[in-house]
Amino acid sequence: MAKFKKKTASKQDIPTSALPDIIFMLLFFFMVTTVMRETDLLIENRVPRASQLIKLQKKSLVSYIYVGKPKETNKYGAEPRVQANGVIMETKEIPLFVYQEKDKLDEVDRDKITMSLKVDKEAKMGILTDVKTKLREANALKVNYSCGKETSTE
Amino acid sequence: MAKKKRENPEISTGSMADIAFLLLIFFLVTTTIASDKGLSVRLPPKQDVKDKVDIKERNIFKVLVNSTNHLLVQEQPMELKNLKEEAKKFILNNGADPLSSEDPEKAVISFKTDRGTNYEIYIKVMDELKKAYTEVRAQKMGVTPDQFLAFENDPDYKNEKFDDVKKAIPLNLSEAEPTGVGN
Repeated sequence: MAKFKKKTASKQDIPTSALPDIIFMLLFFFMVTTVMRETDLLIENRVPRASQLIKLQKKSLVSYIYVGKPKETNKYGAEPRVQANGVIMETKEIPLFVYQEKDKLDEVDRDKITMSLKVDKEAKMGILTDVKTKLREANALKVNYSCGKETSTE
Repeated sequence: MAKKKRENPEISTGSMADIAFLLLIFFLVTTTIASDKGLSVRLPPKQDVKDKVDIKERNIFKVLVNSTNHLLVQEQPMELKNLKEEAKKFILNNGADPLSSEDPEKAVISFKTDRGTNYEIYIKVMDELKKAYTEVRAQKMGVTPDQFLAFENDPDYKNEKFDDVKKAIPLNLSEAEPTGVGN
């Protein structure tokens, strides 16, 4: 039985030279898959500040509508416009947008849809009123005016 | 049976720090710092036929903002900074002043803007009115306004007193259709 030679204890170290590569692969995977922001803004958007803020609870039930002065004024004009879904649209197209957003949700959640209005502080009430009227038409009644936190206290 | 002799299998921990740093950086990058917050309102449902609602004149607190962003409260020009106190006085009148509200439950704040009003002013006025309500409600509940706001932001918060206060002082903020001057 001399053939059963005791194995020489091999090195137990896990080779770690490839570890950085694996980690980098993971990092790149996440970097590619993570969505940083859903839409490219075609309009200027600086929201006003307020103090009585309510946090939006369920992100899946929230749809965003942006209002502001277009960045490319030669293309869209200098008056504030509405942007939803990455495109600049007319106010009359808003109900269609709302219905599309509602279709993405489960049937039980459709009435719970919250529209987050990110309106530029330079905008006027006229366009906002038009948006609100259209939202009422589309029966999307929960609205949240997106605001930043007020930093100064009285 | 003779046990095989083994060397201590040690996993090298030298690169653990790198992994941790990578995870840290990953979360730092993906976490959105600017969370979605804002003023929540509920729009009235669309109505083709306007049904008249009977509200006594004294129970309505009229706030008007014109296209030059000037405030008119109860037919009197007013500075924005005085609005909150005035609104609180109106809500908590409880019938003392015959020209002011009868009861917090009946009090309605009517807020009307013009198409030319600046959105920032609109939000500021809205914020002041909400602040008035938060302060009145917090006072009634016996907490600070900040605490009250935190309760409101917590979906799991259940408290009888909190619900009672909200029922006793409902947030009756009605937005009238704006006038069409100065588009």
